[in-house]
Amino acid sequence: MNWRRLWAIVIKELRQIRRDRVTLAMIAGIPIMQLALFGYAINLNLRHLPAAIADEALTSGSRQVVMDMLATGVIEPVADARSPQELMTMLRRGEISVGVAIPQDFERRLASGEEAVQILVDGSDTVVQSAAGQLAQMPLTYTPGDPRASSVPLPTRPISVVSFYNPQRVSAINIVPGLIGIILTMTMVMFTAVAIVRERERGNMELLIATPLSSAELMIGKVLPYGIIGLVQTSLILLLGMLLFSVPIRGSVFDVYWAAILLILANLSMGLLISTRAQSQFQAMQMTFFVFLPSVLLSGFMFPFDGMPRPAQWIAEILPLTHFLRLIRGVMLRGAGLFELWHELLALVGFIALMMTLAILRFRKSLD
Amino acid sequence: MTADDNIAIRARGLTKVFGNLRAVDDVDLTVEHRQVYGFLGPNGSGKSTSIRMLCGLLTPTSGEIEVLGLRIPDEAETLRQRIGYMTQQFSLFTDLTVRENLEFLAAVQNLSRRRTAERVDELLEEYHFTGRADQLAGTMSGGQRQRLALAGSVIHNPELLFLDEPTSAVDPESRRDFWEKLFELADAGTTILVSSHYMDEAERCHRLAILDKGRLVADGSPAELTGALEHRTLEVSAARPRSAKKVIVGVEGVLSAAQIGNSLRVLCTDTEGCAGRVEAALAAASVDAKVAQTPPNLEDVFVAVTNRQDTEQDREAS
Repeated sequence: MNWRRLWAIVIKELRQIRRDRVTLAMIAGIPIMQLALFGYAINLNLRHLPAAIADEALTSGSRQVVMDMLATGVIEPVADARSPQELMTMLRRGEISVGVAIPQDFERRLASGEEAVQILVDGSDTVVQSAAGQLAQMPLTYTPGDPRASSVPLPTRPISVVSFYNPQRVSAINIVPGLIGIILTMTMVMFTAVAIVRERERGNMELLIATPLSSAELMIGKVLPYGIIGLVQTSLILLLGMLLFSVPIRGSVFDVYWAAILLILANLSMGLLISTRAQSQFQAMQMTFFVFLPSVLLSGFMFPFDGMPRPAQWIAEILPLTHFLRLIRGVMLRGAGLFELWHELLALVGFIALMMTLAILRFRKSLD
Repeated sequence: MTADDNIAIRARGLTKVFGNLRAVDDVDLTVEHRQVYGFLGPNGSGKSTSIRMLCGLLTPTSGEIEVLGLRIPDEAETLRQRIGYMTQQFSLFTDLTVRENLEFLAAVQNLSRRRTAERVDELLEEYHFTGRADQLAGTMSGGQRQRLALAGSVIHNPELLFLDEPTSAVDPESRRDFWEKLFELADAGTTILVSSHYMDEAERCHRLAILDKGRLVADGSPAELTGALEHRTLEVSAARPRSAKKVIVGVEGVLSAAQIGNSLRVLCTDTEGCAGRVEAALAAASVDAKVAQTPPNLEDVFVAVTNRQDTEQDREAS
């Protein structure tokens, strides 16, 4: 390893990034855009579902139930209905997602312990279904008669969902730590893969391999600048997360950065491996998405890990993002120390070692 | 192989097979020090592949290579510090400036920081980039890019320089300047192996090898190569050269007839009686034409060696 040669590659790469406006814009633009999207627009706790209420009882008790349900903020009345039939029509037409039907004999049913209120849910949207399920304390009871609607016994009191570490159930707090992982996975793999394939496409690689540069100098010199960019992105998300959504860092900031460095290295080495296979920048992008999609869907960022079927969990265990999410949520939200989560550390280090070895073995200083 | 003091490149039986294609087929080469050695051949004749094997960038399928006394590809890493290589496609960084490109190459070629500063200034001056040091390489003309690529490939004063079609995208004046630079380098003691498909460039080389379909079909100095065709080239001036050509190509012993303006350049397989037969045939077909001997050039050599192969193959086939 010759430091002067390594440094020359790093400087060259930084100069090129500085002149590449698109990459430059992506470095800051992707974190800001994603943070805004996930923090504001995409609210995984559904609220304000369009609803209609058919209160046929019109007693003080029934009105109380309606008021309590509205107070949860999950449903928002958008239309008037007089009968359950009308609710079903509205559901079918997609005018509402949730219908609440209170029968005339509400008080009597309540007194005798029967099902007193029926909630009609647009079952074709699973997210809506589960959100409406929050309205009920008991699990959904499926009515086989009508596949589009399910009936839910309603409690007499509003549901109390107990959520640890995020009592207000604000999405942003859960999402920001995960977002660091998502953004690093997306940009780091792509930047490295494309940076090397681009040199091959433009013919620079033929020049580079005809010089005394070693494979290690070339690869490390190329990924180092992107590692620095990854840390800049991490800081940007942390800062914006704290300013905009008051996301806490309950553990040590150093632990957060160590976890980020491990994920950056894992993704850079994966990018290197992709670059040894991809023939064009377009192929490199395709391969990046091949890695990126399962990472987003299976890592536990979008859907709870425990709810996934076994094979999906096995795949998730291979992905560095899964382990990073457990690390970063542990450190940022639960205040855990990094070494309390040594399983995840070990998994990430193993992944980096494997990818790096494969990449260096596959990279040849020849045109064969 | 014994290292001969005066031999820079020696290759024996050099062969490269890509799938079904024999890109380079059993090529023997000897290049002496301080020579400008030319590789002449059409596109796809194996010039680039040969150069890449000689630099150690491609592993030959078979054959032995010795460059500057080093066995290639085994000792390619050592060789890389002693050679310069200019690729066919412009391979410097278009999004770096002239100075940044040169500084980068100096660093990867192990020049010290102080030496880099000196050498870059020296090259900027020598290669006429003084006012353009901060211009992006991508915004320069073809001729300027080639000059920059040459400056980059000699930054570490290599003993041996490989140039793969350096002037293919360059206007004639830039080509002339470029060759001036090559001869300056050769005078300073650099051995140069340059590929080209321009005949006028080939004529300037000390020695050259003609490649066709991966085979070495001729090698020698330009004078030796053209000398072998003495008295076999004719110039036929005719009022209607196209009808004259139709007659001439049918004459026994005529290899080719190419129209150049109002005259035809005719190449014969042998020196005996070809001119007479051509004259007789033209007279018999009552085409008005004048036949004269003309000195052979490299284009004739090229046609002769590549056509001869075809006719040999035809004869074998029939």
